[in-house]
Amino acid sequence: MSAMVKDNLSEIVTVNMGPQHPSTHGVLRLVVDLDGETIVGVRPDVGFLHRGVEKLAEHRTYHQFIPLTDRLDYLSPLSNNLAYCLAVEKFFDVKIPERAEYLRVIFAELARAASHLVWIATHALDIGAMTVFLYAFRERELILDMFEIATGQRMTSSWIRVGGIREDVPPLFFEKLKEFVSIFDDRINTYENLLTKNRIWLSRTVGIGKLSREDALDYGVSGPIMRGSGIDFDLRRDEPYGIYNRFKFEVAVSDGCDIYSRYLVRVKEMRESNKILQQALDQIPEGPVMTDDPRIEIPSHEDVYEKMEALIRRFYIITKGFAAPKGEAYGCVEAPKGELGFYIVSDGDTKPYRLKIRAPSYVNLGALEAMAKGHMLADLVGIIGSVDIVLGEIDR
Amino acid sequence: MLVELIFVVIKILVVITVLLLGVAYMTWLERKVIGHMQVRLGPTHVGWKGLLQPIADGLKLVAKEDIIPTMVDKPVYIIAPLLSLIPALSAFAVIPFTNATVNLFGTEYHLYITDVNIGLLYVLALSSVGTYGIIMSGWASNSKYALLGSLRSSAQVISYETAMGLSLIGPVLLAGTVSLKGITEAQANGFWFIVPQFVAFVVYLISAIAETNRAPFDLPEAETELVAGFHVEYSSMKFAMFFLAEYANMYVVSSIATIVFLGGWNGPFGPSFIWFILKIVALMFFYLWLRATLPRLRFDQLMTLGWKILIPIALVNVVVTSIVLYAIN
Repeated sequence: MSAMVKDNLSEIVTVNMGPQHPSTHGVLRLVVDLDGETIVGVRPDVGFLHRGVEKLAEHRTYHQFIPLTDRLDYLSPLSNNLAYCLAVEKFFDVKIPERAEYLRVIFAELARAASHLVWIATHALDIGAMTVFLYAFRERELILDMFEIATGQRMTSSWIRVGGIREDVPPLFFEKLKEFVSIFDDRINTYENLLTKNRIWLSRTVGIGKLSREDALDYGVSGPIMRGSGIDFDLRRDEPYGIYNRFKFEVAVSDGCDIYSRYLVRVKEMRESNKILQQALDQIPEGPVMTDDPRIEIPSHEDVYEKMEALIRRFYIITKGFAAPKGEAYGCVEAPKGELGFYIVSDGDTKPYRLKIRAPSYVNLGALEAMAKGHMLADLVGIIGSVDIVLGEIDR
Repeated sequence: MLVELIFVVIKILVVITVLLLGVAYMTWLERKVIGHMQVRLGPTHVGWKGLLQPIADGLKLVAKEDIIPTMVDKPVYIIAPLLSLIPALSAFAVIPFTNATVNLFGTEYHLYITDVNIGLLYVLALSSVGTYGIIMSGWASNSKYALLGSLRSSAQVISYETAMGLSLIGPVLLAGTVSLKGITEAQANGFWFIVPQFVAFVVYLISAIAETNRAPFDLPEAETELVAGFHVEYSSMKFAMFFLAEYANMYVVSSIATIVFLGGWNGPFGPSFIWFILKIVALMFFYLWLRATLPRLRFDQLMTLGWKILIPIALVNVVVTSIVLYAIN
């Protein structure tokens, strides 16, 4: 730092931004080094929302931890449920019923759409386009309504279980979903009309927040930021989990490496999610939504009311939980924000010995300095918006 | 003489009352129009369709405690909002909004307050005076946020005033007068000046929006970046005065655009003031439409637009207009 002062004959001013700043999308604190209005360094200071989720997991049965995963990336709770359940299921090599697999895909893609809608809303609001905010929240409301119909909760839904889905969705859910799928593409056009070719939007996003392909690899970023830097990789296509290999969709990639290409990637991803939803709607079969594997199955309420064995089994699995065999497992999904992974070490107990969460927002935030260096302070708000962080996930 | 004096006082009172009501209902229109554009309803509770909302807002602001922070420069702090509001209102002294006349005791009187032969210069001068209100409020507030906000605002206002003034020269050359009434009458029997001076009109409109700190140039009050600008330390009626000044200024710049480019009171039929008001409302609607559509520029981009794009265009327009006029005559 002192060398820089000597070289440039300029003075570095260090300012604080957050943790209560309205544009940091949560309790993110940034320490920004400025040369005039130009950013020469950004140091994120995280931890204001730390709840010790990973430690809490060591004292909860595998099922009891599911509600805590909701509170990581609270904008797409069902993706988190899915990633965690996939990790636990790896211990058992269990076959998930078809209908549950399809519902998981539908939930995960709806969660992605909801998360991207919040992103486009707040990101556009940060740059001053207020109308997009209200339009996007209108569509997000439709998704949250669907979640409410299916799971009883709008946000912290906790609906995916190890071995399937807690319960089948009511018919109304599919009616709403059909309606949503039919209008969503058109609604995305509305946002694009307001932003994609808007001169002011372009001047605020093109060439700003550059993250080169090499830097993206070095920092280990994932999700739309990685694809916005020209890296063609998507877990859904390249390491398919669940039944993703049955769907036809394109992976959105853009090689502009700036805020604008991240914007293009996320908008395209919403359209692709819509395609996947349409295919899932066409293909979804009837059938059970919970595995019949006796090691992890939660007996349904109908069985519990009629069969003694089911009642005992349910009581047992809810109170004591099921024991995972000794070993370790890693399950990951392409969450809206990037690769969300759960790494679980089991010592043969009903509780994990250690659980580690690979939170995409946390890793992506690490690349903030590389993106912000050399740009102006006024752009920092836009750059943070383009990273699309959720503090619940960063601080865990 | 006495009759004339009384008549002028009445005219002033009427114009100011109508203007303040117009300002109040502009806020209602803004909230309604933008609300509907953004799939909301806007105010609905106070009065029919929320029509009494501006009155309620005004009463609320008057009833609020008027806080004067300690350590402020008291006289300047108190004068600043007045210095913003009074020039904005005074500008309407020369705005010719109708060509109707009344006959009082054998003499014809105009319904607008007055016409001076340097009307346009007078309005521009007053809008410059309004800038002092902004600077003084930031300085007197004894707060770094207010000071920085006022510097930002005044830098913006001053740089766009240049482009705005230059864009008005073209029509003035065409009309051959800077009297606002003269400019209006020059457009009575020909085309409106927006036709030959379209470039100047666009430059004027952009500068006018920037001059009044409206979206997409509303950097002084960018909600996501800073809470408020120069008026952050003001409360109650003093805050309301800045607010009124901002909206009154919108009326001023719209009136000038109407008079200079859109033919003022001229219309195909009916009473002249209807046309004048219609044109102003159309311009105001355009401002609201922009606010609901566009993102915000960055401050350096704002300055670049003003100095490097608008001022050269306006200058070229002045030169081209002069050459063409010289060639024709």
